Amino acid sequence: MKKFYIAAIVIILLTPLGLLAPGSAWGEWGLDEIKSMIGYIPEGMNRFSEVIKAILPDYSIPGFDANFFQQALGYIFSAVVGIAAIVLIFAILGRIMGKPQKKNG
Amino acid sequence: MHIPEGYISPQTCAVMGAAMVPVLTVAAKKVNKSFDKKDVPAMAIGSAFAFTIMMFNVPIPGGTTAHAIGATLLAITLGPWAASISLTIALFIQALLFGDGGILALGANSFNMAFIAPFVGYGIYRLMLSLKLNKVLSSAIGGYVGINAAALATAIELGLQPLLFHTANGTPLYFPYGLNVAIPAMMFAHLTVAGIVEAVITGLVVYYLQKVDEENILYKFSYRLRGDNR
Repeated sequence: MKKFYIAAIVIILLTPLGLLAPGSAWGEWGLDEIKSMIGYIPEGMNRFSEVIKAILPDYSIPGFDANFFQQALGYIFSAVVGIAAIVLIFAILGRIMGKPQKKNG
Repeated sequence: MHIPEGYISPQTCAVMGAAMVPVLTVAAKKVNKSFDKKDVPAMAIGSAFAFTIMMFNVPIPGGTTAHAIGATLLAITLGPWAASISLTIALFIQALLFGDGGILALGANSFNMAFIAPFVGYGIYRLMLSLKLNKVLSSAIGGYVGINAAALATAIELGLQPLLFHTANGTPLYFPYGLNVAIPAMMFAHLTVAGIVEAVITGLVVYYLQKVDEENILYKFSYRLRGDNR
């Protein structure tokens, strides 16, 4: 059990490695990138691009992404928040699922 | 592979969302029947694992990035239906809190990464097992094919946009590149790099899970690998 938590923490602390890859994923550009690529922003893209505003956009803390260190901290913080949200959802699902039966003793 | 908001038309979002309703309905029924509360932590770990693994962007030649999903790994360890739910929840959190993939596009993103990827990957895994390949190799090949199937589905959904949705003079309203650009670009990224990363992660974790002892919380993650039917 202890080993599992250590492994989980190590993986979370390593997530900023994902920041080192340069550029955006293909097909996941921001509007400014689109504009520089094709010269305009398609009307529908512009209209729907911010239906809701993310709390931690692109896994970063808004205003705290000036250098790699800040971005890395924001990324790790995002991983922790995301995992916590997932655990919370499953805790709720587990409650909805009804009485436990002895299926897997 | 996460389709951002506004990249596909609301109509496309609605169709893809509608396609995911029966998938998740069947998944919920299957999981509720065959799982119990003791399995919920395993699903949560799977979901959290997929969420985290998707944060590890890897560079693609040409200046873009891609990432593994862990979809086939989840399908093998949890069963494809439970994997579908776990992956959908990871995608939901990514869209809601981090703007990674659109909320309106959640149906399409779930279809690609929480339905196509785990089910195709699982099917290939079973096929490879029936060809007498070992579990590690079978799972790696399943992972490779699964993520590429998802990439292809994503490319088709994106590439259809300028064909189906444009202004009177042909200017695209949403995603501007057609199938002839979207499919090669997406497949290049996933056939060359992301698919390999998915295959290696899947194979390594399956190899590790075959060895964990009963004390380990991941033991319950691996009963399908050991062939226990419970």
